[in-house]
Amino acid sequence: MSQAVAAFPSAAVSPNSSPATSAPAAWPEFVGRGSRESARLTREWFQGLTQAADEDRKAAFVFVMGSMSEVLRNFDLPIVFPEVTALQTAVRGTSEEYLVAAEDYGYSPDICGYLKADVAMHLRGGGHPMGRIPKPLIAIATNACNTYFKWTEAWERLYGAPIVSIDVPNPRAVRSLSRRGDADYAFELAYVKGQIEDLIAQCERLTGKRFDIDRFREHLGYANTMSRCWKELLELNARTPAVFSALTDGLAFLGMANCWRATPEGARYFEELLEEMRWRSANGVGAMLRKDGQDVPVEQRFRLGFMGVPCYALFRGFNEFFSDWGGIFVTSTYIRIASGGTAIGYEFDLADPITSFAEGTLLAVRSTQQDVLFDFPDIESNESMYQLDGIVYHGVKSCRTGSSALADRRLHTFEKRGIPSLLLESDIVDPRAVARAQMKNRADAFFEGLIARRQRQ
Amino acid sequence: MATRTITDPAEWVEGCRGRRIEEVVARCRELLEDPDFPTVAHWREQGGRVLGHFQVYFPEEIAHACGMLPVRVRGGAADGVEASQHFGSYLCSILKTSLDLALARRIELDLFVSHPICDGARNLAGIWGRNFPYKSQVLHLPQNPNTAAAFPFLAAEYRRLARDIAAAGGRPLDDDALRASLALYNRSRAQMRELYRLRRESPAKLSAQESAVLVGVAGVLPREQHVRLLEELLPRITARPAREQDKMRVVFEGGFCEVPPYDLLQAVARSCYVVDDDVWIGLRWLNSDVPTGGDPVANLAAAYIDRSSYSPVQHDNRKPREKMLLQRVRAARAEAVILAAAKMCEPGLDEQVGYAKALEHEGIPYFITEFEENQTTFDDISIQMETFVENILFA
Repeated sequence: MSQAVAAFPSAAVSPNSSPATSAPAAWPEFVGRGSRESARLTREWFQGLTQAADEDRKAAFVFVMGSMSEVLRNFDLPIVFPEVTALQTAVRGTSEEYLVAAEDYGYSPDICGYLKADVAMHLRGGGHPMGRIPKPLIAIATNACNTYFKWTEAWERLYGAPIVSIDVPNPRAVRSLSRRGDADYAFELAYVKGQIEDLIAQCERLTGKRFDIDRFREHLGYANTMSRCWKELLELNARTPAVFSALTDGLAFLGMANCWRATPEGARYFEELLEEMRWRSANGVGAMLRKDGQDVPVEQRFRLGFMGVPCYALFRGFNEFFSDWGGIFVTSTYIRIASGGTAIGYEFDLADPITSFAEGTLLAVRSTQQDVLFDFPDIESNESMYQLDGIVYHGVKSCRTGSSALADRRLHTFEKRGIPSLLLESDIVDPRAVARAQMKNRADAFFEGLIARRQRQ
Repeated sequence: MATRTITDPAEWVEGCRGRRIEEVVARCRELLEDPDFPTVAHWREQGGRVLGHFQVYFPEEIAHACGMLPVRVRGGAADGVEASQHFGSYLCSILKTSLDLALARRIELDLFVSHPICDGARNLAGIWGRNFPYKSQVLHLPQNPNTAAAFPFLAAEYRRLARDIAAAGGRPLDDDALRASLALYNRSRAQMRELYRLRRESPAKLSAQESAVLVGVAGVLPREQHVRLLEELLPRITARPAREQDKMRVVFEGGFCEVPPYDLLQAVARSCYVVDDDVWIGLRWLNSDVPTGGDPVANLAAAYIDRSSYSPVQHDNRKPREKMLLQRVRAARAEAVILAAAKMCEPGLDEQVGYAKALEHEGIPYFITEFEENQTTFDDISIQMETFVENILFA
């Protein structure tokens, strides 16, 4: 595999996969640019963090669901996404040593592996396979995941870093979201706005810098570009062929959506990515993998939706359970919920930036909760624009939020909608919780069922 | 199908009057552990509506003022078979047994409310909504009580809840009715505080397991009846002849959601006095009276934020939990701590690390263990506790 592809999870070579077609020599130069650039920008992001650590500059520690990057960029703080750094320990094959170290420190084997990998990294002075992570000046948790709070509390104990919470009201029930103009919407928005104003004041105190509303508008503008592009990218995969795999390429894009959110680099990346994907969609060049130094299209016999959280501990191998049979994940809950708020396509009103940012935060974070906790019509519906042949539900030990109800959802999707599905369980970063042979057996049986179903039709 | 047991709560409380304390405790345990919720069945048989709420804290006063019976959904004796196809593997027991009992229709509700307190529980409203015809929902208790915006938010959220209660068959919320409910629950919480004061002052008078069932039964009784029960019982517990033994004083921490089995608490109590704990902390969450004047909804919201206890499922910058635990230990003059967690309970297991480091720093001995609500063997914990105590005594 080329170095360019290796830096971030991306489509990878499967020895058993056969590409649908050969790569025409006449493709424009920008085909494959999205993968190459994501690898470069990932390395650059880690280099920036390493430099900050080396210079003893402190960072803002945030999470992907409600990162507050738009605010933090105003204070010139390096931004650490510990979910990204933790998953990279698994992709690099080093997560187990971190997990064991955290368990030696006192953490239970039954809690989130992300948290444990991260704490162990800090116990080693921030040492990471891709660089070094600086210490936190501030830690910000949203309520999109309760482990976020536990995680920030761990940093508070280790470093004394102050915690700012951004608590975003969840949907209360299925299809029960408050709407603009409702009294409920007004009190929810006021709550989120009040917390964002608290965050700005806290950042001013900690950095000694004044909040600049015009710089804030600039960053919101970059985020708007990213959101607009990301939404269209997701919609492109409703066509055939799908232009990216949600379980491989999509995760590389997610890294950009988070680590470079609200920056000129992030905006440019997504504009260029969209340019590439529009061309490919118009010209029938679907998702690709890297083979013999070339990008070649993957076979797309079965269009699949992915519900749950990826298995970074078996990253390529997990995808191969499906790609070997011609399965491609055209969409997932994960590329929506972990996209830092870009997936809903909300664009901030630059004339009223604080209120609009609060509204965007409310809508983005509660959208993740709607998808994760209640329903996700893009996948769990016969009317999905993605025209799916089946659904793969993947629960992990590390994420109760995204895994607890998958079995129930699968039961209801199959009983009420007749959509074929497969339920697997493993972990996001813990290789000890991955039973590779069993998962492959179940995936094989799933495809045999899909083939039989197709033959009957 | 077996005939459902139905128990009139008023008659049941009357039946406790004058009995030996040990007998009353046994009756409370029987009622609390009955998977058919006989007092709830009676309420429904009388035409009443029932609101089931998952652990840990719920503002029962609102349901009470709206004429519904608030019932604590906290698992129970069930094998989990019915629920197993609805859940993933890595979950605590009470999520599964709570659904199991509802699927088997051993408890029937008109409204189910869960909270975003942990990542498993936040999924319950969705699961319930797919499996039952009545409405289920999340009550969004603020996870940022450190902002001024939390007060108006929570008051508005309580009013929203009241509207949903009315839609589920309750009465529209009336301020005077809520004031009366606040007064009743203030009285109830004062009684519970008195029980705990007694345990700290004279631990031989009331054991941890006795206390757990006397408090916990409030979750399945109309609160008026529970107040009657403790009114009659408290003076007798105070006067209970008991000889203090030379036992170590310990705090039991980790029973905030899934409730440790009676026999487990008993096994611990054989070796030491459990002088304080966090068992049924949701019933005791508000630690002083809620004012009944002015806006009662705002008062109730303010009490949640400003006059409340702590637990691993609420983040509050003002209440670092290890410091709160140390306060509990010192207030109870405890010499050691049992750091328990329900199996697969992520908040509880996370918290054990911070607690352990703080206790080590303070030189306070602790013992780490895990439990499950329906475990049936307690020999190991008995032996481990004896060893723990002996290690400290003979160190």
